[in-house]
Formats: sequence, structure tokens, C-alpha cells
Amino acid sequence: MIVKFKPSALRQTHWYEYLVRFVLGGVMTVATGVIAARFGPVIGGLFLAFPAIFPASATLIEKHVRERKEKADLPGARRGKEAAALDAAGAVLGSFGLVAFGLVIWLVIVQSPASALILAASSWFVVAVLGWQVRRWL
Amino acid sequence: MLEYSLRFLAGGIAVSGFAALGDTLRPKSFAGLFGAAPSIALATLLITLSQKGAPFVALEGRSMIVGAFALALYSWTVCVLLKKFLLSSWAATMAALIVWFAVALGASTLFQLS
Repeated sequence: MIVKFKPSALRQTHWYEYLVRFVLGGVMTVATGVIAARFGPVIGGLFLAFPAIFPASATLIEKHVRERKEKADLPGARRGKEAAALDAAGAVLGSFGLVAFGLVIWLVIVQSPASALILAASSWFVVAVLGWQVRRWL
Repeated sequence: MLEYSLRFLAGGIAVSGFAALGDTLRPKSFAGLFGAAPSIALATLLITLSQKGAPFVALEGRSMIVGAFALALYSWTVCVLLKKFLLSSWAATMAALIVWFAVALGASTLFQLS
């Protein structure tokens, strides 16, 4: 199975759905800052991995797939849920990438702040994609 | 106030950017990786680094490891609720938040991270 880039999929998303994600992302980032300032970095750090926009994203996936199937006169409810479940399964693997991200930040940022952020982002990508590949092989 | 406006803007751009990237990728299981992208972390760590310094950010990184394990369990729970119990996405993702809070706060208390 080859990974495909399909820019036309962006047209399925309405402008207000982009707005919802933007606002949720912004609010959650502000909230993380407030939590870290109020309760310290130990509690604040937990919320760097909070599923802030996951509910909105999963709901959108389910809705888009359901609408597409119903347009083709196919039962869409179950397919919509299955698509959202597949997305959640991918997020499990992406979470292991986030573990690597946090580990790099913890161990490297004091010595080299700039390279720590680049290395952490790269670690997230490598671990997440490797996890996805390994899951396919199993 | 400026700091929070910056955070809002950076977080909004990072989160919607990763989400839009996820929309364009197939198969869905691969696109799902971007549901756990470090969008909020990337947006917030640069600002925190400039304001509070590297040792503060290092502690946030250590806690983030626990948060990420909680996110893995959360995502798995959502997957099960959708596939086995056929809940709607909204109901599944909201119900599973209990798992995230229990694991993240429970583990940080258990291991006495502070």
C-alpha cells in the first residue's frame, strides 16, 4: 500500500470546519500556557499531548465519509465510523512518535535548544512512520 | 496579553496545518498519524523557551512522555468504542477523555514526576 497525497480532499472541508480547528488549536495552546504558568511545567507538559482537536477531526472524518457514501446510495453510517476508527488507530502510532518527541526535548533541550526542536520533530515523524510500517508488516 | 495572542495564532496555524495535511493523505491509517502530531508542542515550546528557559521546557518534555502514552491509550479506546460499540465519533472521543485524564494524571502522581 503506497501513501498518496490527495490535495483535492481539502475541498471536502468547509471554511467553518477549518475555522473550528484553528480556534480549537489556538485555545488549547493558550490553555496549555495558562496551565503551565499556574501549575508548573510538570502538569503543563502533560497537556502538550492532550487530544485537543481529535474529537473535531474524528467527527469530520465520519461526516465526510458518511456523506460521500450516502451520495452514492450506499449505507454510510458504519463506513463513517470505520474511517474514524482507522484514523484513531493511526493516532495510536503517532502517539509513540510523541513519546520520542518528549524524550528528545527532555534530554537535549538544555544542551542545544535549536537542534532539540528539529531533532524532536524528526524523531516524531520517523517513529510514527516506522510504527505504521511495522504494523502493516505484522 | 501579547504572549497569549502569539500562542493563539501559533497554535491555530500549527494545529490546522497538521490537520489539513492529514486530510490530504491516504490511506486513513497513515493520515491518522497526524492526529497525534506535535502541533501544540511545536507552537508552544518556542515561546516557552524564550520566556522561561530550557530547564523549564525540559521538564515539560519529560511530562509530555507521560501525556503521549495517555494519548496512545486514548486513541486505542476511541478505536474500540467506534468499532465494537458503534458509538458516534463525537461520543467516542468525548467518553475516552476519561482515559486520557486518568492515565496522564494517575501516572504523573504514581511516578511523582514533580
